[in-house]
Parts: sequence; structure tokens; C-alpha cells
Amino acid sequence: MQKRAVFGSRIVPYALLAPQLAITLVFFYWPASQAVWQSFHLEDAFGLSTEFVGFENYVHLFSQPEYYRAMWTTLVFSTAVTVLSLSVALYLAVMADKQLRAAATYKTLLMWPYAVAPAVAGVLWLFMFQPSLGLVARGLRLWGLDWNPLLNGTHAMTLVVLAATWKQISYNFLFFLAGLQAIPKSLIEASAIDGAGPTRRFWTIIFPLLSPTTFFLIVVNVVYVFFDTFGIIDAVTGGGPAKATETLVYKVYSDGRLGGDLGGSAAQSVILMFIVIALTAIQFRYIERKVTY
Amino acid sequence: MASVTLESVRKVYAGNVEAVKGVSLDIADGSFCVLVGPSGCGKSTLLRMIAGLETITAGKIRIGDRIVNDIEPAERDIAMVFQNYALYPHMNVYDNMAYGLRNRGTPKPEIDKRVREAARILAIEPFLDRKPRQLSGGQRQRVAMGRAIVRKPQVFLFDEPLSNLDAKLRVQMRVEIKRLQRALGVTSVYVTHDQVEAMTLSDKLVVMNHGVIEQIGTPSDVYRRPQTRFVATFIGSPPMNIMEGIVEGPNLVSVGGSLLPVADMRADLKADTRIHVGIRPEDVRVVEDGGTAFRIDVDFIEELGATQLFHGKIAGDEFVLQAPTGLIAASARQLALTVDATNVHLFDRETGQRLGQVDP
Amino acid sequence: MVERRRLGNIVPHLVLWIGIAIVAFPVYLAFVASTYDATTIANGQMGLAPGPLFLENYYRAIFVGTSRSTREPVGTMMLNSFVMAMGIAVGKIAISILSAYAIVYFKFPFRMTAFWIIFITLMLPVEVRIYPTYKIVADLGLLDTYAGLIVPLIASATGTLLFRQFFMTIPDELVEASKIDGAGFFRFFKDTVLPLSITTMAALFVIQFIYGWNQYLWPLLITTKDSMQTIVIGIKKMIVTQDALTEWQLAMATAVLAMLPPVAVVILMQRLFVKGLVETEK
Repeated sequence: MQKRAVFGSRIVPYALLAPQLAITLVFFYWPASQAVWQSFHLEDAFGLSTEFVGFENYVHLFSQPEYYRAMWTTLVFSTAVTVLSLSVALYLAVMADKQLRAAATYKTLLMWPYAVAPAVAGVLWLFMFQPSLGLVARGLRLWGLDWNPLLNGTHAMTLVVLAATWKQISYNFLFFLAGLQAIPKSLIEASAIDGAGPTRRFWTIIFPLLSPTTFFLIVVNVVYVFFDTFGIIDAVTGGGPAKATETLVYKVYSDGRLGGDLGGSAAQSVILMFIVIALTAIQFRYIERKVTY
Repeated sequence: MASVTLESVRKVYAGNVEAVKGVSLDIADGSFCVLVGPSGCGKSTLLRMIAGLETITAGKIRIGDRIVNDIEPAERDIAMVFQNYALYPHMNVYDNMAYGLRNRGTPKPEIDKRVREAARILAIEPFLDRKPRQLSGGQRQRVAMGRAIVRKPQVFLFDEPLSNLDAKLRVQMRVEIKRLQRALGVTSVYVTHDQVEAMTLSDKLVVMNHGVIEQIGTPSDVYRRPQTRFVATFIGSPPMNIMEGIVEGPNLVSVGGSLLPVADMRADLKADTRIHVGIRPEDVRVVEDGGTAFRIDVDFIEELGATQLFHGKIAGDEFVLQAPTGLIAASARQLALTVDATNVHLFDRETGQRLGQVDP
Repeated sequence: MVERRRLGNIVPHLVLWIGIAIVAFPVYLAFVASTYDATTIANGQMGLAPGPLFLENYYRAIFVGTSRSTREPVGTMMLNSFVMAMGIAVGKIAISILSAYAIVYFKFPFRMTAFWIIFITLMLPVEVRIYPTYKIVADLGLLDTYAGLIVPLIASATGTLLFRQFFMTIPDELVEASKIDGAGFFRFFKDTVLPLSITTMAALFVIQFIYGWNQYLWPLLITTKDSMQTIVIGIKKMIVTQDALTEWQLAMATAVLAMLPPVAVVILMQRLFVKGLVETEK
């Protein structure tokens, strides 16, 4: 944690820490505690008076079918994106890993979508699937599918999942490729000598050895879907149609902004905080294990 | 130049771990003092306290006439060579050596003069523009020495400077360090766990164990008259043989039934006292059986080239004998040995202290 | 490789090129759309080859802007995005290298407390404290300012943890050698720590530049004036989902322009990017 040889000073370390601590306290801790405070209070429509209401905001939240619906949407969305992007990325990484020299080129050609803003990614996919003029949408209509993400909730969800997956493949691909390249070649050779064919080899040797990477990526992907896809959803569907793509994070945003229900929005924020804390804790358990290996 | 004086120096770490338990030591101006001991004996801590890198829990450290307890490392007028060299990886060799002088505001021409001179002495002139990672281990070692030399300090401190080198280079650098120290005449304190290095380099040898000094003396002093059983077995390779023995009378002990005359023996030792008897492997001679000889049964022989080591047992205790190759027939199964009375060392079984005459 | 079948080697290449094509297709299509006129796109008559209006559309996007939804030209938006991304990247590096230096190289009361205060911010992403943070920025009068866009986003644990981790790999003897060479905390920082940290800083810069450039929710909340909009927000405002009259050719030109800087950074500084990505996630 610390060096053997350190500098001694009364003031300097505090001065060095001051900028970060000041910003942290003002923009992180104060608002977070505000959110907690608000979640226990009710504000009247004009914001003139507030009243302590205990857990009423939470009780109210959990009595709303919409909140369960947002949870369900989030669950579906994150499962779909995580499973899709992980399997596509793993498949591509396994293919690229076999190409010793070309792997670097493939890496370059596959990693750039990471740099595309979620909202921009959403717009790109929206354009392809725009019901009246989108290239893919027209193709689907020729196949007899009445494609319309603006009206059909399932279509909207599919579109959002596709855009989010597209953006996340690059990240997963990089980590899977690195994980694959870290597996000692002698292990693969040993299993080949033991008579295992390529498919069997993948499932019995490579995949188990890759499991720490996979687990890490699952956690990262879930966090990504929770928070970083806000831009995609807002750009593509705005949470619609009929809230079919409203995730927990999006609901905090829309309830607070459009509904003006600060207490309810704050209660949702607090619940989200607990979710992040849980996810971070899982992530750190994983890191701890990696360290002790 | 200056002497270094330690007065009852103690170091207690957090958690009440006492690394150095009251050490007093005088290091004369211009001399080469080596602190030797097993790892964890407190030798490095002691050196780092002299450098000012560790605080001193109690006691006083003087460099010259100055008490330096509360003086910053940079102001102690010392230079240090680290085990891993601690060269600044992003600076070239020249800048590595010049850095300390620049921080002191030494004029540029003077810095240049000193750096070039040090580079010449150490034969690293061709590497002045290189970065440390482009150098071999031996070259890095020289740069680390150069960084110490250019400062023209009152004291050189060496913290196991040769242990990262391979065996051959280590011997070569050992000679160079000694030569350099002679030439510059700077007081030097050198820490090592390697007793050969300690013997060959030192004017004054300090053997430490468990945070205390076991013995201070010239290398031959320490070797010929070890004051404790620890020193006896730590200095010398192969180590001194230690056997169970019994006092038979004034200047006479017995080991496994054989009688051994002893030159240096405390007068007040009572007969039948059980003691430890120490004999160096090279101090015994093979004789025709009979007389005062004692016997060992040979298990196996190790070839060292110029000499051979005969491993055997005497009354249950391990015994090693070193003799020039060919002197003893390799087929020998049992050997009759004799030893000069002056080469028999007696130690207390409990305290490990030498049981010699009080004033040698 | 263990297998020797020569034909078997073509399949992976094929799969990878198909993958690359699928990944690149949406971007290619956006580029194609940015070279047609609005009517062709709206009628679904756009082909797969680029059209004739490349220069005209990009000129209009950058210097003039759309005629309906946002009147600000994309040039201004890009400048805003650039200022924000640079501000966040540089600011984050500056404050986090200082705090990590304090935590690693100084001994002082409340050192661990300070570390934990910073560390816990990992668990408080802006999304979970949107409105209270918005209110503070509003109260400070920072709405529609660069400071409001940048400052709340430059404090986070990532940078501090990354630098701390790097500092721990610098051998202790280097500090000790510096002390003996007469360098205090400031000289040691300037002469040794900073030069050694360059790669780490560059890697963090790449990641944070992309992070800053791609911000969406935060600028959406705190910019109300068109002149303060970032390009990512601008695109979204150009597209009115229900409106067939969206100027798609300009929206797509803007999308291409919005992708260009971060993608260029990733591709040109690939090694640093991968390093940053791997290390910030540890």
C-alpha cells in the first residue's frame, strides 16, 4: 500500500489531495447524500415545502407495476446484450487467435467501435432500421416482416440490443483475445497429443482457462448495459414505444425530468447505488482472487 | 573524510519489532568496514540508519564530529550504492551521475570534470549517453559506483552491491571496489551476507546476528579467534565443525573418547563440564593411528579441485575435513586425525560464548 | 499450430472478414448517406455506393448547420466536444496524479481515509445522482459553461488508482537514491516520477479523451443553449424520430464527424489505448 521511504510533511500531502477531494465532495458525496435525503422526503408541486415521509417513496415505488416492468426490461436488455456480445466476441477472438501474424490486424479492424459514442451508435442503427427509409427495414419488409420499432416494443428492444451489442463486441474481443493469447501454447499441444480434437479442446481446455476473463467481462458488460447504454436508448427510442425500452437508469432520468417526482426519482437512484455497490463488490472479489492466484 | 561512530543505536519498528538492539561501533577515518550476517540480522537497517533512510529509535550516530540523527540524507555527505543499483531509468549514464551534483548547485564545468573523471576510473566512458536498460549488470554496477564517486562524499555506503551479479563478475568487482577504496581513501561501510566478500574486503569486520554485534575485529582475528559459536560457524567455508565435548582438566577436553589438548581455555572451567568443541576442517592432519589421535568414519568425498572434503562422523557429530587433493587416499574408510592445541575452540553450550582466556 | 489442414485455415479468415464487414457496415452506410440529398434518402432510393454531394453536405454540416432542429453548425459543436474531452482528460490526469503521489509517497494522518473517500466514488456514477448534481451545478451558476461540463466529471477513482498502481512499481531505492542525491518531494516528482509516468499518462489520456468526447447524459442536462452543445447531443437533436423530414444527410455527416476524432485516437494510439483499457479495468 505504501512505500518504505516516504516524505514527511504536514501540509504538502493535503495540498496535493485538495483538488480531487474538493471535487469529489462537492460533486459526488454531496449529491449522493442529497439523493438519499430526498428519497425520504416528499416535495410539493411547487418545491416550496418538503416533508419527511420515511420509506413512503420506496413503498410507493415498489407498488408501481411500471417499476417492475423497468426491472424486467433491464434484465432482458442486459442479458441479451451480454450473451450476444460475449459469444460473438469470443467466436471472433478464437478465430483471430489462430492467425498468429494477422491477429494484430484483425484487432485493429475490430476494436474501433469502442470509440464510437453510444448515442452515435444508436443513430447509426436507427438509420438502418428506420421503418420508411432504412435499408435493413426495407429489406425486412420485402421478406414480409412489418418492421416498425416506433410502434412495436419488441422491435424497439431488438434494435437497442443490436446497437448496444455492436458497440460492446470490440471491448470483449480485445479481452478475449488477450486471454486466449495468455494460454500457454504447450497446454494446447499437450491436449492435442492426448488426442483431443479442436472442438473438444476448446470446451475442455481453452474455455475453462478463459473463465476468469469471461467472468470479469460478464460483470463489466452488465455495468455497461446498466449505465453506458443511456445514450443509445435516448437516441433510438427515448424509452418507448410505451416504455418498452425504459431501463432502470432511463426511468430515473425520465421520472425526475418529465414527471418532476424528485422523491421517487431519488429513491430509484438510491436503489441503483446499491446495485452498483453490489456489482463493484463482485468485481473486487474477482480481482482479489486474481491477485492470490 | 571522516570517521563514523555509533553509540548504542537502536531501531524498533512499529509492532515492537526490534531490528537493531543497541549497537556501538567505531569506524576509523578511511577504513573499510564490512557488516556481515544472515538476512534479517539488522545489518541493512543499520546501514540505512547511517544513510538517514531510517529514523533512529535511540542512540547516536556521528559522521566526523557531527551528530547526524536529525540530518537529512542529502546533508550527511554520504553516497550509497544499492543492491539493485537504483539508477534513474529515464536518465542516461551521464545524467545519473550528474543528478546529485546538479541538485547541489555544483557549477557545470565542475560537474562535467567530475563525471568524466569517474567514468574514466570506472572505464564507462563509452556508455555515458546510454540509458541504464542498455547496459549489462556489471556496467550498471559501475554506474552506481560512479554516482557515488562523483559526489566526493565523506562516507561510502554499500548495500549488498554485488549480489545481483553472476559469480565471476562478483569476484572481479570485489577486487575493483577494494582497489578503488584504497585509491580514494574514503571511509566505507559495506553490508553483505557473503562471508567471502566480507573477509576479502574488510579492514574491520563486524559480524551481526539478531540485531546485535557478535564480534568486531580484523578478518584474521575473527577467523582465528571467533568469539561466539555463531561467528565460528558463519565465517569460513566449509564451516567450523562443532562437536559435543567434556572438560577433562586444565587445557584438556575429550571428544568421543579421544583427548584433545587446548591452548586457549578458561582457567575456571570445572572438570566434567559439557561444552562445544570447534575445529576448522582445514586445521586437522591425518596421522598414523595411536597417541592423541581421534577417528572419523568417512561417508563420502566432495571434490573441489585443489582440495577435497571428507564428510564423516565422530561420535555421532558431523565432521568435515578439508585436505589438498591427493594427500589422503580416496579409498580411505577411516581416518585418524590430530589437531594443534591452538586450533581447538571451546564454546559454552548454552550461551555460545567462547570459553577462552579472558584476556588473550 | 497443432492442425496442419491448409484449407481449414481459410475458414477463420473468412469468418473474421465477415465479422469486420458487419461491424463496419453501419458506419459505411452512414458515410454513404452523408453524400446524398435528403429526398433520395427519404424516398429510400439511396444505393450502396457514395453519392455526389460529399463536399456540399459536409460543408453545410460544419459551417452552416441544419435548417430546422439545431441551427448551430457542427464546427462549433466539435469545438465544444473537443474542449470538453481535453478538459476532462487533462484535468483528470492532473488531479489524480497529484492525489496518488500524496497517498503513495507521504505519510500523514487520514491517509487511508482520503484513499477511501476517493475509492468509493467508483460506486457513484453520474447516473445515480443525476438531479442533485445538476442542482449543485445550477446553484454554482455553471449551466452552459465549459467548467460545468468538465469539472464534475474530472474527479473519479480510476485515475488515482491507476497512478497509485504504477507508483507502487517504482522501486523504493529510487526514492532513497533521490533523497541522497538531494532531491525533495518536488524534485523527485518533477525529475523522476513525471518522466517515468509518461506512458501511464498517455494511456489514461486516450481512455479519458474518448470518455469525455462521448459523454451524453451530462451535457444533455446542463447545456441549454445551442452554442454550448456537444456534437453527440447535436446529432440526437437533429433526428426527430417521428419526423420524416429529418435531414438525414446532415445528421449522418455529423455522425461521421462525431466518430472521427475518438476513432482516430484509438487507431493511431492503439498500443496506449489497449494499455489504458486493460489497466483502468484492473
